[in-house]
Amino acid sequence: MLKKLTSAAVALTMTTGLSGPVFAGAHAELEGTLRIISDMSNPAPREVMEGLAADFDEMHPELTVELDIVDREAWKSQIRNALSASPPDVVNWYAANRMGPYVDSGLFMDITDWWDAGDFEGLESVKGAMTMDDKQWGVPYTYYQWGMYYRADIFDELGLEEPETFEQEIANCEVILGSGRKCYTIGTKFLWTAGGWFDYLNMRTNGFDHHMALARGELSWTEDEGVRQAFENWRTLIDMGAYIDDHQTYSWQEALPFMVKGEATSYLMGNFAVPQLRDAGLGDDQLDFYQFPAINPDVEMGEDAPTDTFHVASGAQNVAAAREFLKFVTSPDVQTRINGPDALGQLPVNANSSVADDKFLQQGFTMLSENATGGIAQFFDRDFPAEMAAIGMEGLQEFMVFPDNLDDILARMESARQRIYD
Amino acid sequence: MTLPTDPPTQTWLQRHRMIITPLMFLLPGVAFFAVYVISPILQSFYISTFEWTGLGSLSEQGEFIGMQNYRELMSDRNFEVSLWNNVKWLVLYLLAIPGGLFIALFLNQTVAGIRVYKSLFFFPFVISQVVVGLVFSWFYLPNVGLLNVVLGWFGSEVNILGNPDLATYGIIAAGLWPQTAYCMILYLTGLNAVDPEQIEAARLDGAKGVRMLWHVILPQLRPATFIAFVVTIIGALRSFDLISVMTNGGPFGSTRVLSFYMFEKALSEYGFRMGYGSAIAVILFLIMLIFISYFLWTMWRDERAARL
Repeated sequence: MLKKLTSAAVALTMTTGLSGPVFAGAHAELEGTLRIISDMSNPAPREVMEGLAADFDEMHPELTVELDIVDREAWKSQIRNALSASPPDVVNWYAANRMGPYVDSGLFMDITDWWDAGDFEGLESVKGAMTMDDKQWGVPYTYYQWGMYYRADIFDELGLEEPETFEQEIANCEVILGSGRKCYTIGTKFLWTAGGWFDYLNMRTNGFDHHMALARGELSWTEDEGVRQAFENWRTLIDMGAYIDDHQTYSWQEALPFMVKGEATSYLMGNFAVPQLRDAGLGDDQLDFYQFPAINPDVEMGEDAPTDTFHVASGAQNVAAAREFLKFVTSPDVQTRINGPDALGQLPVNANSSVADDKFLQQGFTMLSENATGGIAQFFDRDFPAEMAAIGMEGLQEFMVFPDNLDDILARMESARQRIYD
Repeated sequence: MTLPTDPPTQTWLQRHRMIITPLMFLLPGVAFFAVYVISPILQSFYISTFEWTGLGSLSEQGEFIGMQNYRELMSDRNFEVSLWNNVKWLVLYLLAIPGGLFIALFLNQTVAGIRVYKSLFFFPFVISQVVVGLVFSWFYLPNVGLLNVVLGWFGSEVNILGNPDLATYGIIAAGLWPQTAYCMILYLTGLNAVDPEQIEAARLDGAKGVRMLWHVILPQLRPATFIAFVVTIIGALRSFDLISVMTNGGPFGSTRVLSFYMFEKALSEYGFRMGYGSAIAVILFLIMLIFISYFLWTMWRDERAARL
């Protein structure tokens, strides 16, 4: 866990024909060194990041781009050291409340001026996720939808349709359980997967605004009727035996085989699970996606769509180059390219980019732009303050295993809330 | 006859060289010890009186809150669970000592290829704790793990690492595997130093079996036992890596120990409470201090006895 997989990328000598002279010559006045630390360490993202650095380097002959790629998990605890002592110019991080500690301690640079100057045209819809204290602290570069990924072939075999209401969801699940399978696979060892379930159950039961108020600490975990109702709905599924057994022992990847082998039919997950399921041998005719069904017809649908970001360190040495780099990464062409199916395989943040021709990305994009009228949330551990998220997700995991402990769990979360938000 | 009195030409340095020389030799060690051991301890005490995210400077971002962190610890259930788990680790980990002794006695014979057997028994100590953790978590896996396959033959199954009541014991069992090997090697070297004449004499007096072990062999193994005790206590208190690999503190925090809880609160992905983490570290330090004092006292006593 503490293994540090730092590696220096060789971005300097690479001459790729990837981008061509799209921007070449336009900003030749940048000079010096641009230091980037990135957490895009998985194979495909790593290639994207190295390509971005190489292209940017090529566009600016006087500028040297120095890229360090750090293991994605390790970066979550290393970022604080990286930003404190001789900080780089540009770093990767996550949107919304996850920025909080670094914004509050002044480690991220306030780049409101750049937003106001029109640097990031086409990003208006995602500006909110980058805003804290009415200022902007970075730019997004990719996001992805969450939802139900399911085995279409098993649904066909059992004669099931994509559900639109919770009653249909439950009716489907009863049929699935009847066929000797589990409805949902999940691995809660690292807790956050349980956060996804709570996000959806609460947003569907009480609406997006209620969920956000809860995240801001304005609602009580023990007193609020809506919260109880959301857990009540969750309990319906748990008591049916809808989830695979022993999920507290598995990571999210270890839960994938249950779906691949057909022992469970659905997975509430982010779109990043798709490549893994495809690699495991599921074809596009076996795998499909639907939006988490409505529970309370009176609330509009809210969705989770976590956004990954770039930030400028407040101690950055080459601010001009950093600014130009952020502009470069978020520009429509670059956005289309890096989010393409052979690159990140996710959704572009720029409204003027085009979404890849991929079944899941297209469905996700349509869902988020047309059927997420309630609002778009980041994710449990990005919307709630860090400590509340950690304590909360632990409680959610416990609830999924021992639903009878609910009162005790909520009381703990409530006492944490009263301490954390004051 | 010449008297060896100090000539008045001697400098101050020369006159005091008997005191200054040892001090000079001690200086590098003392300096490093002060900078890398003593000052961090004092710093932990200092930081534990602050509310601080660990980002930015303590004087600007931190807020002095006195003993508030310690008061919170007193009513923190996770802290209580971690503390009890530390106690379980300390007590159960000591099983490695009799376990190691037993294997050492068993292996302390002259059979063909005994060196191979000895190295096989020593093997678990050579592999990294992370690998031990992984191997055991596979062993414990529900449905497909070896343990559950075997239990399946008798129609039962148990998800050890997923059960909050069993998970800590499951991890301790994994930790005992390499630790027993360590104690074994300590006893094997100890057994080499056992005086054969004493054994011979005891045998003539009719001692054998357990009586021989208890009254003749074990007293001679006292130094080995002491070292085994020290390394086992230390091993139990730094059981961080196994927990991190096998359960990540879960399910729902039931396998945390103090060192893991400290890491979670102060340094992990969601941990931004440097002050609270430091307070946990201070408590852990005080617990260790009990053992450290005991070890130091024992060594001091033995050295004094040897000198007399």
